[in-house]
Amino acid sequence: MSFEVEFGTQTFENKRQSPEELASVAKEIRRDIIKMLVLAGSGHSGGPLGSTDIFTTLYFNGNMRYDHTNPNWEGRDRFVLSAGHMAPVMYAALGNAGMYPKSEMATLRKYNTRLQGHPGRDMGLPGVETSSGSLGQGISIAVGMAMSDALLDHNDKRVYCLTGDGELQEGSVWEAAMSAYHFKLDNFCWIIDNNDCQIDGRLPEVMDVYPINEKCKAFGFDTVVVDGHNFEDLQRGFDVFLNNQKNKTGKPTAIIAKTYMGRGVSFMEDSYKWHGMPPNKEQAEQALGELQ
Amino acid sequence: MEELKQYGSKPTRFGFGDGLVTLGEKHNNVVVLGGDITGSVMTSLFKEKFPDRFFSIGIAEQNATTIAAGLALSGKIPFFASYGAFCALRNADQLRISVCYNEANVKIGGGHSGISVGPDGATHQVLEEVAFLRTLPHMTLVVPCDYEEARKATIAIGEYIGPAYIRFGRSPVPLFTTPDHHFALGKAQVLRDGNDIALIACGSMVWESLVAAEKLAEKGINARVINSPSIKPFDFETVVAAAKECGAIVTAEEHQVHAGLGGAVAEAIVKNHPVPMEFVGVKDSFGGSGEPEELMQKFGLTWKEIYASALIAMHRRDKGSLPNVRKIKEVAEYAG
Repeated sequence: MSFEVEFGTQTFENKRQSPEELASVAKEIRRDIIKMLVLAGSGHSGGPLGSTDIFTTLYFNGNMRYDHTNPNWEGRDRFVLSAGHMAPVMYAALGNAGMYPKSEMATLRKYNTRLQGHPGRDMGLPGVETSSGSLGQGISIAVGMAMSDALLDHNDKRVYCLTGDGELQEGSVWEAAMSAYHFKLDNFCWIIDNNDCQIDGRLPEVMDVYPINEKCKAFGFDTVVVDGHNFEDLQRGFDVFLNNQKNKTGKPTAIIAKTYMGRGVSFMEDSYKWHGMPPNKEQAEQALGELQ
Repeated sequence: MEELKQYGSKPTRFGFGDGLVTLGEKHNNVVVLGGDITGSVMTSLFKEKFPDRFFSIGIAEQNATTIAAGLALSGKIPFFASYGAFCALRNADQLRISVCYNEANVKIGGGHSGISVGPDGATHQVLEEVAFLRTLPHMTLVVPCDYEEARKATIAIGEYIGPAYIRFGRSPVPLFTTPDHHFALGKAQVLRDGNDIALIACGSMVWESLVAAEKLAEKGINARVINSPSIKPFDFETVVAAAKECGAIVTAEEHQVHAGLGGAVAEAIVKNHPVPMEFVGVKDSFGGSGEPEELMQKFGLTWKEIYASALIAMHRRDKGSLPNVRKIKEVAEYAG
């Protein structure tokens, strides 16, 4: 390949930051996603780019507590990527947090890689808490983890889980939601990446899951709808969760983040065609040019 | 070898319930998830004793299985029990991905297994799950033969690290193993020695095999009876030795004849020492309503069927051809 791809070595801190600082982290994550995908030659572009700002706020604005020098630190918060196909954005976030060498991103989807096409816990990439990819299961795993923390170990750890919005068509998602409410898991934060796209088209055309906010409310969640590309608004959503946990309200939180699939790359933005496609070399060059 | 002795009758599910309580006393990270039928599958005993470690998930087997995976990834030892029809197959993908692929330390108790559930009918009788479960990488699968073995097997899978499933039934079955009787994951046990024919069974069909062996002995045929509760890991050594020393095998299980214990035995001997084999089990059909004994008769899950199959397998071995099967079945009928 004449097209040279290199991953940087810069990593970022996890602390309250200004929107401008967060924007530069997000840009690096998006660039890494493009590089990983063009090298892999397959994979999902749209969802990872669309949820990058969510991951940036989660991992780099002090919401997730982790120690990149000790990924298995007992006191860490946990994140479960229920929408396993969005793995590239999680891998990029973990790499930029310093959990593993960023150069390893070049191995996405390759033979024997720790960066499996969908997260595989057996490969042991630091920060990957569970395998996922069969939709509608990660959220139940996260509920189980939150039960362990809140009901058995009585600690103050938090469990975050991100699902897609098409994923809400899986009935077991609502079984999990029901139980998060039943067990009063105010240490559980469900983030819904609402980009309104799935492989076959727009949500209402494939199977209408709306209204999402009202459904989550009816299932007993404290809900907050945010602009998924505005860091201040995203943090407002996370603050609702942190307050629920701090004040022991007994209510689980659902953050419904309105996003655009493919955000940051003009020809991918809000197009469901980019759900499951990687950029080719020319497209990657153009995308990286836009993400300067 | 021990003589055939029955100490009474008890359902294997009682062994599961009692084993769980023992585990709860020994290990404070053992937790139990209920699926609304806790009285039937005996997790109610654990619930009464350890209410803080029992969680009711309701009628949601997919969720319960996956929550169990989350608990296991947090260092707990979760048991989830329901009817096997619902906690082995309805949640199949959750078992495959969230439990086995994750190598999560989740334990599943599958109750009301086989057709001896009786009147509830085909929807609640599960005859296919052994075939599925034994194909799952990392899964351990046990099918105990009586109360005592179910109790020991429950404790054994609780103390083993990794995904595991125990299959047990609703109706009382003969109690014939004792607390001293050795049980270990991955091991089969020779309950009766003999070199004329090997009867390899699990679950409720072990007792039937012992009865069939007694009846065969009256005809001068010495049958070796092997109890194989550990379907996975499987005791290849004991099975292959039986093939070599007996030269013909009958398997018996309260399950479809396809891909269960019979399948495991066939795989083992085809590779190592092929001999004529007959399969006793449900032959590609669903169950139905009826009293347990009526159903066991109807589907051929009896010592008579094992007896007849032994004669057929021996005939095939000795004559190299199929015998008159109808005639042999008549002989078996009169043997009783």
